[in-house]
Amino acid sequence: MNYQDRLDRVFGALVDPTRRAILAQLERKDSASVSELAEPFAITLPAVLKHLDVLADAGLITRAKSGRTVTVRLRAQPMREAMAWFSPYQRFWAGSLDRLAAYTEREEAQARSRER
Amino acid sequence: MSLTVVRRIKARPSIVFQALTTAEGMAQWWGPDDGPVLIAEADPRRGGGFRVRFRRLEDATEYETNGEFLEVVQPERIVMSWRWKDGLVDPGESRVEIVLRPVPEGTEITVTHSRLHDEESRRRHEAGWMGALDKLAARFAEAA
Repeated sequence: MNYQDRLDRVFGALVDPTRRAILAQLERKDSASVSELAEPFAITLPAVLKHLDVLADAGLITRAKSGRTVTVRLRAQPMREAMAWFSPYQRFWAGSLDRLAAYTEREEAQARSRER
Repeated sequence: MSLTVVRRIKARPSIVFQALTTAEGMAQWWGPDDGPVLIAEADPRRGGGFRVRFRRLEDATEYETNGEFLEVVQPERIVMSWRWKDGLVDPGESRVEIVLRPVPEGTEITVTHSRLHDEESRRRHEAGWMGALDKLAARFAEAA
């Protein structure tokens, strides 16, 4: 999976409030069982398991089965990669180039009307 | 550490080049959000300097960037050194290379900002992320 696809999966996973709440729970605890994670939500266990699948596909959690208990842990690496997007340089250039494009496209339109 | 941003603009390279290398042009776009540019100065020739001061809306803080033009090849390539006054974002000197390539709709611009300071950037990324997570956790704690 390339960088953009990994970013898409991480941000796609974060778009859902239930999944964010699951991550926030895992950030407070070191690890949690599936039933512990499901407890605060008024949704069925299969729905929680589906959310966990999405988080696992994005690499944001790991699941380890021991007997009848599945232990879920937060994985930091994909989050670190996604957060590089929040670099002040990345924001500087993404924002500046948006503005540069808007300004020069206006200038181009004016140049064209002068040339006519 | 470095980062590269590529973007296509519907304007001819000479217009984009002008916007990148003149004080009037820089005053129109320099900065990450719609905060104002307060000072823009540029002497776009090899060894000439630039200085741009802007206010960032997201934290209402003024930042000043300055450096020298190391290469100026009209209308296709600009290389400049880059510093943040008072080391606000990054204490060291970095390097910006901008390449303009004509494409059917106008110009493809590639900005490569390199020699970024790993340690400082890493610290800021982690601080930013941990801060965001703390806020997220606090919000859910309130809601619970």
